[in-house]
Order: sequence, then structure tokens, then C-alpha cells
Amino acid sequence: MRNEKSTEAIAHAIRSRVFEHTIRNNGGYLSQACSAAEQLAFLYNEGLNLGPSTMPMIPPPFTGVPSAQNPDYVTGAGYNGPFDAVHDRLFIAPAHYALVAYACLIEVGRMAPEGLEMFNKDGTSVEMIGAEHSPGMEVHNGTLGIGFSTAAGLAWGRKRLGHTGRVCVFMSDGEVQEGQTWEAVQAAAHHGIDNLWAIMDVNRQQCDGAMDDVMTVGDIATKLRDFGAVVAEVDAHDLPAMRAAAAIPHPGRPLIVLAHSRPTQGMESLMSRFPRLHYVRFKSDEERARMNVEIAAELGIAPVKLEAH
Amino acid sequence: MQMVNRPYAAAFEAYATQHPEVLCLSADLTSSCEIDGFRDRHPDQFLSLGMAEQNMLSFAGGLGLAGFRPFLHSFGVFLYRRPYDQLMASIAYPRRRVRLMGFLPGVTTPGGMTHQAIEDISVMRTIPNMTVLEAGDATEVESIVAEADTVDGPVYCRILRGAVPRLFDTPLKIGQMRVLSEGDDVLVVTAGITTEEAIRARGALSRAGVSVRHLHLNTLKPFDAAQIVAHASSVRHGVITLENHLVAGGIGSMVAEALAEAGLPRRLIRLGLQDTYAHGGSRPYLMRHYGMDALSLVRAVERLTGQTTGIDEAALEGVRIDAVHSLVKAEAL
Repeated sequence: MRNEKSTEAIAHAIRSRVFEHTIRNNGGYLSQACSAAEQLAFLYNEGLNLGPSTMPMIPPPFTGVPSAQNPDYVTGAGYNGPFDAVHDRLFIAPAHYALVAYACLIEVGRMAPEGLEMFNKDGTSVEMIGAEHSPGMEVHNGTLGIGFSTAAGLAWGRKRLGHTGRVCVFMSDGEVQEGQTWEAVQAAAHHGIDNLWAIMDVNRQQCDGAMDDVMTVGDIATKLRDFGAVVAEVDAHDLPAMRAAAAIPHPGRPLIVLAHSRPTQGMESLMSRFPRLHYVRFKSDEERARMNVEIAAELGIAPVKLEAH
Repeated sequence: MQMVNRPYAAAFEAYATQHPEVLCLSADLTSSCEIDGFRDRHPDQFLSLGMAEQNMLSFAGGLGLAGFRPFLHSFGVFLYRRPYDQLMASIAYPRRRVRLMGFLPGVTTPGGMTHQAIEDISVMRTIPNMTVLEAGDATEVESIVAEADTVDGPVYCRILRGAVPRLFDTPLKIGQMRVLSEGDDVLVVTAGITTEEAIRARGALSRAGVSVRHLHLNTLKPFDAAQIVAHASSVRHGVITLENHLVAGGIGSMVAEALAEAGLPRRLIRLGLQDTYAHGGSRPYLMRHYGMDALSLVRAVERLTGQTTGIDEAALEGVRIDAVHSLVKAEAL
């Protein structure tokens, strides 16, 4: 489903929306919007063949976890379109990117802006760490490293069923520290699962700081190729390059596009916090006010009107 | 006693070939889980996932999302101990119809600590959405395949392999425990291989004048607490559980919870592994060493009744000794 807005415009709008949310709530996963805005905008706006959302624009309240006593349970997958033979599926493997993913759903017309007002509010499905029932989430990925395995199984099954729809995983580079990621890539290659592909946000950041300080992972591209994947490397903020990479044929193997990103792209003022970027919470009212003005100027939007305390 | 060779192999092949949405997954223990013949004859329905259980469990969750019902074959311990997070997030939470076929439960393996699933029941039964079954003889191994596949959600099964005795002539039905004797002195609750031990003990106990009420469980979750309480209330001296598992979290705990919640005051002796790991050795040796065999049950009955029975090992039915290497068991593990 192609949106009328350009992917570039959607990416910019994602950054602006996450920025406004973060300023207003005095905290948020802001650098993930910087690094991943183009990737998620690309996937939803042009990279994936998603049908129209089957879910209400305003997310329904939390209706309980899956159980035999909860027959009406639904996941958030419907926001990505109907589960049928022809449409693609998308897993957001790093579930803490949820804020960015929700902002993207709004910008591509799959969720109302009111949905983001429910973010991290008790009793809603718009959870801080995307849960299976959160808008746009299809399975639980809150523990990093399980997304690509689940997608590989789904893709194998869809291939056997004759589905033309593919399975895509939005991944984060920190996941390559998890052994399961490598198990999954080798299994996908061994079984020739080529209706499976991923974009990995390689922002070189993780919770504790820069990945090179936390755990050196070496050359991700070489390692992925050695485990059997077809790998492309692009600048995460270069949409023509992303389009070309996503179109690379990969018969008999999964495709993984490494999107080398900058965790402060579009918000250079955040560099003053480097390398503490995983979750941005302003240290003082002064910093919050300064960031509000500086980042708004960078984004070309008005600063957020903050209520006087 | 009739012995059946590799009952799982034949039963799984007969069932799976009639159900194309059933898939056979293996993690490099294909012959050890008796699915080597299936792999060779039905390669299109077989998926080798290698020594990578974390991926296998999440991958199976994805297959379940696609509408398939994967049967995962490995040693029981390898299906939950390392890939516990994947079991929770990819299988149990979303209620995928994944069938976890856990071979070599408890001390049925000579492989020692790393190979012995001694806390699997306690782990599995606390997982929401999980069903837990245990086969106690060849008939139950044969019927557990189709029965597990009726569950709308994940199932963990403790499976016996190799030469398995046939104790029952009716198939395993989920939720239906077997009442093997209806005595009124002592209630004995067993499952899996301990049922055979209790049967060995029962004859001698009967001759010694002890009237045993014996229940065999094949469904550990959902647990039929009401039935347990009803049987416990009809015996004079109390209850003994005998399990191929740690006494904490397993059948002993389940029975204790049932009695406590019902407010039924009955003494309870829990036989099984007493807050200890086991080590590598033959099954009869381990069952004797850790107090899980027929003679241990007799001694527990004596403690409960306050009477000595005069029963010694010679008075019990013979112990089966499986050869480490045999035609039905390709390798020692």
C-alpha cells in the first residue's frame, strides 16, 4: 500500500513526532528515531507489500494475554495489513524501537495520532516495549535475538504453503551479540529460506553505550556472509541506496541489508550526550529547554510548547 | 510383561504421514529420538535444525504462526533448559501448537547432570498455556502422539524410548488418570517409569496385608486436583508420591498443593530426587541410589503405616536391566 507522502517526508515526520513526544514526556527512545527513520519509512511506504490495516485507527485497550479463556485475543499484526497469501509480514525485532514504529504507523496512516498519547499508559496496548498485542507488532521480540528465528520459521512455512508474501525483519546491530542470531542465519541459509530478508539498523549503539566499548563484534557483513546470508551495506539515510539493496536477488539465501546509521542523524545536538543515547532522559530543565529549541531548529519545526511547572 | 521395541517410531510415522501440517523437527538427535526412519522415508516432512535449540524453538514458533504443528524431538532437557526464553516468548505465550517431545526424562539417561531432565515438570507446569503429559508405557507412548496433537496450544511430553513395557491396553486420554488399584490403606501416585516400580511393589505389599490405592498420572497439567483429593480422602494412612523428578515442583508438590487447598489433613511422603542432582549410571542403579524404586516405596509405606512388611528385594518382581547397546537403542545415549 503506497502512501501519498514521499518516504523522505515520512522519515522526517517520524523524527519530528518522536522528538515532540520525547520533549513532552521528558524522555524517550529518541536516537532510535534518528538512526531508523528512513528504514521504517522505507519498509512501510514502499519496501513491503502490506495490505491496508485491519485494525481501528485508535488502538483498542489491552484485552488480556493469550489464553484458552481469551478467545478474542488479537495481536498487533493487523496494523501491518491482513495475514493472507500475498502480503508481506514485518517483525520489529528490537521491541524498544516501538515508539519509532508507532510514529511510523501514524505517518503512513495506519494509526491515529491519539494512539501515541496512549504510549506507556496503564491499560493500553501501546506499550513502551512493543508487545505482541501492540500496534504493528506481530510477535514478542522483547528479548533481543529471537526475531530472525521466528521469521525464518514463518517464512519456511509460507514457502511450503505457496504464499507469495515474504517475511521481513527489522533488526538492530546489538542482536549480533546474541548467539541465537547466528543460529538463525545458518538455519535460514541451510534450508534455502529466500522469502526472508532483513534490514539491520547498524547504529553501533547499545544500552551501555557504544558497541565497541561494550562488546566488539567485528565485521558484521563478513560474519553474516560466512553464515550463509546475502549481505548488502548501505548508508541508512540514503534512500536510493536502500531501494537498490532491497532489490538484490538472493535465491536460496536470506538477504540482510546492513543500514549503517548515525544515532544523531537530523538531531546533531544530541551528540552532546554521546555515548549515552540508548534512552534519552534530560538531565535538567535547562537541558530539556535547550534541546527543545536546538533540535526543533534542526528539524525545521517549532519548539514544543511546554507547560509551565 | 510384553516389551515393545521403539513404540514412538512407529506411532509417530503412522500419525504424521496422515497429517501434512505436522512437521518433524530434530536437533541432531534423530536416531536417539527414534525418528531416523521417518527422516529417511519422509524427508519432505522432516526439518533438521542442527545443534541449535534456541533457534529451533523460535523457528517452531514461526512455523506455528504459519499454521503448522511442529513436533520437536530432542532429549527433554534440551527443549527447555537452554532455550527457556525462546520457549516462553516464541511458543508458550502465543499458544503455538508446538509439540515438544522430550526423550530420556529424569534418570532414564546414563548421561548425567547435563542430560537428565530432573526439573522439567516443575518448569513446564508453571508456564501459562502449557500442557504437560508423561507416557508411562508403550501404549501411552503410542497414543501420546495423536493425543498431544489435539491440544490447541503447546504441549510438553515426557517420552520413553527403546524397549518399553506394555502395562495398559487403553490409550492415553488427556485429563484421565488411571486407577490401577483401589485399596484403602495408602494412596500411591506415580507417573512414567515409576508406575512400573509401584506395580512391582504392589504385589508384595498386598501379600504383606497392605491395601494400596494406586493412581497413574499421564496428564500433569492440567492437574486433576479434585480426583487426587477424593482418592486421598478414601485411604487410612496417607499418600506417597513417587516420581522420576525432583520432589520440589513435580508430582509431590502438585499433590501437596491439592491436599492443602482442599484442607484435607493427610500425611504425605514425596519420593524422588530430594533437592539433589543425579549422576550418570544405569536406570536401576540410579533409581535405587536416589530412592525412587520399588523397595524405596515399600519402605515409605512402612513409615506411613508404622508396620514392617518384611519385604526385601527378593520379594519384589524382577528388575528389568536394559543392555547399554542393543538393536533398539543405537547408541548408549
